[in-house]
Amino acid sequence: MLSVERLVKRYPTGDAALRGVDLEVPAGQVMALIGPSGAGKSTLLRCVNRLVEPTAGRVRLEGEDLTALGAAALRRARRRMGMIFQEFALVERLSVMENVLSGRLGYVGFWRSWFRRFPPADVEEAFRLLDRVELAESCDKRADALSGGQRQRVGIARALLQNPRILLVDEPTASLDPKTSRQIMRLICELCRERGLAAIINMHDVALARLFVERVVGLRQGAIVYDGPPDGLTPEVLTTIYGAEDWSEARRRGGADEEEEEEPEVDEQRLAGLT
Amino acid sequence: MPVREVAGVRDWQRRARGRRLLGWLGWLGGTAVVVASWQAISAHTMWTFVWDAPVQGADLASRMFPPRWAYTARLWRPLWDTLNIATLGTLAALVPAVPVAFLAARNTTPSATLIRPAALLVIVSSRSINSLIWALLLVSVIGPGVLAGIVAIALRSIGFVAKLLYEAIEEIDRAPVEAVTATGAGRGQVVSYGIVPQVLPAFAGISVFRWDINIRESTVLGLVGAGGIGLELQASVNVLAWPQVTMIFLLVLATVIVSEWVSARVRHAII
Amino acid sequence: MTGAAAAARRWAPPPLIASAWLRRGLALGAAIYLALALGTLRVNWRRVWEGLDRGGAFVVGFARPDFVSRWVEISEGILEGLVMTVTATAVGILISVPIGLGAARNLAPLPVYLACRGIVAASRTLQEVIVAIFFVAMFGFGPLAGVLTLSFATVGFLAKLLAEDIEDTDPAPAEAVRATGASWLQLLNYGIQPQVMPRLIGLSLYRLDINFRESAVIGIVGAGGIGATLNTAFDRYEYATAAAILMTIIAIVMTAEYGSGLIRRRVQ
Repeated sequence: MLSVERLVKRYPTGDAALRGVDLEVPAGQVMALIGPSGAGKSTLLRCVNRLVEPTAGRVRLEGEDLTALGAAALRRARRRMGMIFQEFALVERLSVMENVLSGRLGYVGFWRSWFRRFPPADVEEAFRLLDRVELAESCDKRADALSGGQRQRVGIARALLQNPRILLVDEPTASLDPKTSRQIMRLICELCRERGLAAIINMHDVALARLFVERVVGLRQGAIVYDGPPDGLTPEVLTTIYGAEDWSEARRRGGADEEEEEEPEVDEQRLAGLT
Repeated sequence: MPVREVAGVRDWQRRARGRRLLGWLGWLGGTAVVVASWQAISAHTMWTFVWDAPVQGADLASRMFPPRWAYTARLWRPLWDTLNIATLGTLAALVPAVPVAFLAARNTTPSATLIRPAALLVIVSSRSINSLIWALLLVSVIGPGVLAGIVAIALRSIGFVAKLLYEAIEEIDRAPVEAVTATGAGRGQVVSYGIVPQVLPAFAGISVFRWDINIRESTVLGLVGAGGIGLELQASVNVLAWPQVTMIFLLVLATVIVSEWVSARVRHAII
Repeated sequence: MTGAAAAARRWAPPPLIASAWLRRGLALGAAIYLALALGTLRVNWRRVWEGLDRGGAFVVGFARPDFVSRWVEISEGILEGLVMTVTATAVGILISVPIGLGAARNLAPLPVYLACRGIVAASRTLQEVIVAIFFVAMFGFGPLAGVLTLSFATVGFLAKLLAEDIEDTDPAPAEAVRATGASWLQLLNYGIQPQVMPRLIGLSLYRLDINFRESAVIGIVGAGGIGATLNTAFDRYEYATAAAILMTIIAIVMTAEYGSGLIRRRVQ
């Protein structure tokens, strides 16, 4: 459904962030994009909806070449791609409802959105989504009055209100505590399943990725170095992606029971290794 | 290098010699300019008047008191005009200042090579020229009166408000703007959802701050004929009616203090 | 959206002021004030209409500024304005630093603090032009009255901002310097000065810019500078000359702003 072909991004400073990436995401597939900081994960995501303009290569969404679109057509195409951000990227001084409704901006005209007169069907759908993410009570609170997890749920509702075909998710849990991180990841994956959405999720946390996704793509210095199931992430593979390090913790946590937050044996093992 | 080795002992100095020399030259040049300026002023000064100043000052003070309280009755109308000049002038400035600020901010200007410099020129021209000089111009063009004062205050305030506002626009958090763009929003929608909510408190604060300054400035616009309490001040100074000047002075002081209090309260409430 | 009409929940953005009474009261008050203000505005529209021609002449003057016919007055006035600016800023800084130190609550004892804050408040509430009128009355016409006016205004501006800056400094380094047994002056030199110096330089440059702009104004009441020439030019409807003066002022302010931007970047 989404296909990225030989995508290259070079910044004006000369740094090559992406060096010819090829990626195919079938409909309904939730995949994780992992890699060290600066590997180009964020750039790849932003090249898909052209928040960052790619230098060369193509991005096709449901057959349409996004890289060739003019400004108006690009805006229409962006409606089909919901984006969820690392630091939530909510407009902090607007209410929760206004933030969620901003997901409809691609569908309504300027004056309608200026006077906050969204079509009743949009408002109804926004309420339904807020019910789904359990925030309907807070709809008139200001976004900066919410906790981190709540803000990210607003961000998710905003992206879904676009009625997208695919979600582009940029480090959704980087600013959250471990428990909330899992809840948010679970919510995103459930929603993708309910609505048959594909998703590309940028992640730092390999263990968390193993719990939730069916496919992992590893990026290193702007090139794909791994593409396969999470089980294939052997220490050797992780070393190719991130460089040499002790991977036992990441692997063990990934294989452990989903509900367990603590892994005492790992700590013992590490302490033992130190002596 | 600030550290030198002399006969095996390391000697530390704060700056290297070249930089130290440059520093001294800078100070020397600065002092020379100030001294030369002072001499130029001294040459244009009638020193006999200056030595006489304490006497003059004491004389002035003795004439100024007591203030002529009854004169107040004639001051209410000019004071009302003064308030209107400041308030209407500020309001009139806000309307053009907002678009100018958006055209001047690096992250919202449609063209950084053509439109941004033009907007900056508008801002610097408006800011360089004091409202009293604008008033001088307007009195000469559209005649003396309150309207000249309002327009003068407005012309001066455009640059002030636009400058502070465009700096606020350039300092916004970019993440929400990116997020709103990603929904497929148009340019105007990105501005109204991503940027406006972020700069609205700054805009309100700047407006009230400028209104406070404008109250102060509008009290003297009458000196050049642009209406308000300054007209009475001019008339009283011209006929050396110092007790009246004191009275005007007290009233202006009270107004300024009240306006500062109001502005501080409003700004506090916004933030 | 199935059956949206029946189940539709309404939503309207929450108003800025929650209390409906206060909201309507404020709106009504603002409306009444505006009506009164505009209603009592006395404007001679015929005079305004006639003046538009002169406005046109002024705009044309900007296209063809006349530097020549009053070159002597312009050059002397601008030079005098610059000289006044430099002197007043230097004097102002010299006086502001001790007063700013005195007006910082974390350095000065209460009586000193109150006295210095009083001076700052007096300087800030008095409009420059009013101060200039008094100084002209005391010291006679000429640039000295202007220098005194601008110095006085500089003190109110710089001392206040310096004091606030000192109050905002990180107390830890000052404490560490005090712990070494340093004297009060050494404490200032090592604990406070490095923290406030870049901003003090920036503010002084900014004040230099303001003082130049103000110097053009106080000449109108006889305190030296270009103001008097400008006043005459407008009185005689010599718009080309007035435009030349204004363009010179704008150019100098732009240069000063550019230069101070460069210096500020160096000292950061």
